[in-house]
Amino acid sequence: MSTKLIVNGKPAAIESEPDTPLLWVLRDELGLTGTKFGCGMGLCGACTVHVDGEPTRSCSVDVSSVANKKVLTIEGLSLNGTHPLQKAWAAENVPQCGYCQAGQIMSAAALLARKKGKLTDADIEDAMSGNLCRCGTYQRIRKAIHRAAGEA
Amino acid sequence: MNRREFLQVSSAASAGLIVGLSFPAHAHSAGALSDLGAFIQIAKDNTVTLWVSKSDMGQDVRTTLPMILAEELDADWANVRIQQAHFDPKFGRQGTGGSSSIRTLWTPLRQAGANARAMLVSAAAAKLGVDAATLTVERGVISAANGAKVTFGEVAEEASRIKLAADAKPKEPSQFKLIGKATKRLDNGDIVTGKAGYGIDVKVPGMLYASVARAPVFGAKVKRVDAAKAKAVSGVKDVVQIAAKGTDLPWNGVAVVATSTWAAMKGREALAIEWEEGEHASESEEALRKQFAEIVDHGKPVTTRGDVSVIANATKKVEAQYDVPFLAHAAMEPLNAVAHVKSDGTAVVWTGTQFPDWIARSSAELLGTKPEQVQVHVTMLGGGFGRRANPDFALEAVQLSKAVGAPVKVQWTREDDMQHDFYRPASLHRISAALDDEGNVTAWHHRIAAASIDAYLEPGTQTPHESETPGVHDMPYDVPNFRTDFAAASSGVPRGWWRSVEHSINGFVMNSFLDELAHAGGKDPIALRLELLPKGFVQKAEGERNPARLWPFKSDRLRAVIELARDRSGWGKPLAAGRALGFAAHHSFFSYAAQVAEVSLDASGHPKVHKIVCVIDCGVPINPDGIRAQIEGGIVYGLAAGLGQKITMEAGRVQQSNFHDFPLLALPDMPQIEVHIVPSAEAPTGTGEPGLPPTMAAVTNAMFRLNGKRVRSLPVG
Repeated sequence: MSTKLIVNGKPAAIESEPDTPLLWVLRDELGLTGTKFGCGMGLCGACTVHVDGEPTRSCSVDVSSVANKKVLTIEGLSLNGTHPLQKAWAAENVPQCGYCQAGQIMSAAALLARKKGKLTDADIEDAMSGNLCRCGTYQRIRKAIHRAAGEA
Repeated sequence: MNRREFLQVSSAASAGLIVGLSFPAHAHSAGALSDLGAFIQIAKDNTVTLWVSKSDMGQDVRTTLPMILAEELDADWANVRIQQAHFDPKFGRQGTGGSSSIRTLWTPLRQAGANARAMLVSAAAAKLGVDAATLTVERGVISAANGAKVTFGEVAEEASRIKLAADAKPKEPSQFKLIGKATKRLDNGDIVTGKAGYGIDVKVPGMLYASVARAPVFGAKVKRVDAAKAKAVSGVKDVVQIAAKGTDLPWNGVAVVATSTWAAMKGREALAIEWEEGEHASESEEALRKQFAEIVDHGKPVTTRGDVSVIANATKKVEAQYDVPFLAHAAMEPLNAVAHVKSDGTAVVWTGTQFPDWIARSSAELLGTKPEQVQVHVTMLGGGFGRRANPDFALEAVQLSKAVGAPVKVQWTREDDMQHDFYRPASLHRISAALDDEGNVTAWHHRIAAASIDAYLEPGTQTPHESETPGVHDMPYDVPNFRTDFAAASSGVPRGWWRSVEHSINGFVMNSFLDELAHAGGKDPIALRLELLPKGFVQKAEGERNPARLWPFKSDRLRAVIELARDRSGWGKPLAAGRALGFAAHHSFFSYAAQVAEVSLDASGHPKVHKIVCVIDCGVPINPDGIRAQIEGGIVYGLAAGLGQKITMEAGRVQQSNFHDFPLLALPDMPQIEVHIVPSAEAPTGTGEPGLPPTMAAVTNAMFRLNGKRVRSLPVG
């Protein structure tokens, strides 16, 4: 009764119940704990992954609904943290507690993949308004995305 | 602190140089490694490792504390490593809160670093056959005048056998190279790749997962549980009751234990529980506000000077009433803990906690063992803000692991987290003041009614504690007749330490009322503060362990941040149409902050905060970029609360549940924040909290300038 997925480029046969949210499959079954649980309702964005390239709240989709699709998590975004956003995040010293940042980076990565070249503040606000950060790192997130867009 | 208390050295052949540090209240005798306090290790491979005994919830002590050590050692920053200290009495006080990590570890870390450096230099002098006084140290390399060099690692073992005759002298601030330099956090690489380990990420062999249905009314007891449907959920192993334990764990619960998080959550939804609701089932927002109004004029005096009865006959009287709600912490990582209680009674806990020692003590009480038999491993914290001070979530895991005989992870949902918090107190402030003909403030009578933290932790206490009114009873302005009264309300709602604690309320109330007084007296609000602030005042405090003795309030430091905020913000200069500035300043946790907010109003009168300029004096700025980050964070935390957050009760139940009804600030709402750090040689103090208290008053004072309406109740609109 397994569900088949492609996770970070590799096929995975999922044994969790089909109604299990993708988030808990990634975390509990596959051990990909970089994707975080925040609200369970798609309100905070901590669980953001890409499903076939689209930024997706993994807490709010059943694993069965993404069968045979390509799932990209923070662990698969780059080798050794070399994605322009990951480098920009470090350069702008964005993280405080760090918990929401994987979700922030995955949302930003989808934006950068979708829109090449220089970004406006409005582009960033549209793409990032659903990713909450309780530590208040938004000013640095905005700078880091601009920086990465300039380098990407 | 004398040398015997300070310097404890161990020479373990393979370990290089290990230096401990300890604290006056926790002095250990010098001796074996096991007796050492929080320690540093200089290994043969030249790495310098600091065991970080404070919890990192975003304030980045994991970078700032090693910076202090590396500075005094003249170590190579690239070779500095950190280890998170697990709970162990040898590390001294491990509680993290009250913006205290830097202020309490500054002196011990500098002294340990200076002593270790002196020992390394002494060992190098012997090895190179030169006088120690002729050696220089840079980036972990000790050099002689003749060009000969040795690295720390090459002399670490010899250094461990050096006996210093006296403590080495730490550097003068003018000699600092690393301190004062913006330094990136050491954890950035792990965070941006998803590798950083939080409590929620802990997995140990054989671990089961639990989700807990907690009493919906505080103090309620389980009357009856029908677990049949829950047990029928695939993956569910057991249904176990959890018993409350005083204020350490204030809620009874029914846990579903399963083979995965999702199975536990589904099982928990399938539980049918009948609760005996108890005495708090009638609590409501309306009843609490009514109670506040009834008791506020009947409080007991906290501080009195002069005679506030002069207000009755004053030329001009100003009266106002402010109220603020309960607030949840809402850290991004919902609470969780893993515990493994073994058959011999010992236990291991893994969790993101601010107080591992509290968990050990309280778990030992539950298990009938000693705190030393409870190992507590501190993970990264996905936000803390005071919520991860309390041990409740770990005590749940301990009870469950004991019951099922396996390691158990308790995973809270967002709704659990919001509805079972130790809330920021709700309160009512009724203030009356007198002005003379020239607008001078001659008297101020400040009455507070609150569901306070002390009254929660020590119910029935009749004495108002100064800890309930900081920032009010000790307000820095020179008003000749001044009195603070405090009345504790009765409520079953758990209360706890929320970022900046009572200062989060009092910074708003005091700065709002000062703005009212300035307006009533026809004065500029900044000019009024500068008039009222005494010059050259230094607070006197008694008591060996009273922090106010070590970090006394100095009025000139407050004056300086006020003046700098005025000058840097363009106060008094023309602004874009429809915008106004508001001002606030507050001293808290021994640091000084002043803020100017630039605000406009939308068509419905709701504020848009465009910019906040903050000036912070936190003594020696150790990591300026870390300080800026903390101030940004404190401002955002305060803004989110003041603009839209409240926790209310109805029929004894918390009405809010998730981010749709307890909104956080999002990226589009983020104002531009400009932080100015005052250069200083004063002993450093914290910045995690002091950025928050002025924020909302700065915003609402600007709103008043735009529409003439005074905001006296938070949240706005």
